[in-house]
Amino acid sequence: MITLNHYLIVSGALFALGLAGVIARRNILIIYMCLEMMLSAANLTLVAFSRFRVTDGLPDYAAQSLVFFTITVAAAEVAVGLAIIVALYRAKQSVDVEAVSKLQG
Amino acid sequence: MSALLFYLFAALTLGFGLMVVTARNPVTSALSLAMSFVGLAALFISLDAYFIGTIQILVYAGAVMVLFLFIIMLLDIKAEAGRKPSTVAAVGGILLAVILALQITTIARDLTLGGNSTADVPLTLEKAGAEREAKKGLPTITNDLKAGVLPDAKLMGETLFNNYGFHLQVIGLLLLVGTVGVVVLSKREKEAAP
Repeated sequence: MITLNHYLIVSGALFALGLAGVIARRNILIIYMCLEMMLSAANLTLVAFSRFRVTDGLPDYAAQSLVFFTITVAAAEVAVGLAIIVALYRAKQSVDVEAVSKLQG
Repeated sequence: MSALLFYLFAALTLGFGLMVVTARNPVTSALSLAMSFVGLAALFISLDAYFIGTIQILVYAGAVMVLFLFIIMLLDIKAEAGRKPSTVAAVGGILLAVILALQITTIARDLTLGGNSTADVPLTLEKAGAEREAKKGLPTITNDLKAGVLPDAKLMGETLFNNYGFHLQVIGLLLLVGTVGVVVLSKREKEAAP
């Protein structure tokens, strides 16, 4: 029997995995992938709550609209982010975040 | 939706998610992330969100991951051979993640709604269809609902265009700005004009 809690815990675990990746990894591309994973984990929470908050016999489509917008923003973010990474690679010949420490005081 | 399938796809999502974080080779990471997204899309579909599940596969597993793989191969990034990740960052990351996971689990346990399964909150499609017919809703949605089918994409479109028209235009503008931004960013700077 699968309850709402099951979905929330899977989503939380996925978010935590992404967070661990963002903090621990130094390859900027993998940090980006982990960010995408965290966004998707939030989407899973939204969809789960949408299904479990039944209004008039149907799932709550306001939540699913938010997921739609999140996915669109994530796609735009990936395009711009990868362009920045390519520009960074041209300047530094590296995708290691340690190579980009110019702003450090 | 049987419990077995839920556990299968949850394991798929989390297992490949773990591989994204631990793999040394960025190509392995990217392909694992694509598999993880496929598992997640299956979880969406198990929650009766067919449209969201489909665009999760199309946009994430399709477009976004291909873009990632393209950039990884374009830049020809080698695996971080023999380089250990800094211990402080690794320990800190794992510690923070464990604390966060514990917090979420605690909150989920105290949630009053949390014990509900999908059988406790069933979708009453025929009843919703009759209500929509009384309110003179869109006939295509009403007919689907009365036939006992969930017209997921149609309902999604109805919500988006009836309630979120302005937001939809803003998101369109955002995509335009993103496109222009990418072109500006990837243009090589010309030599300074004489």
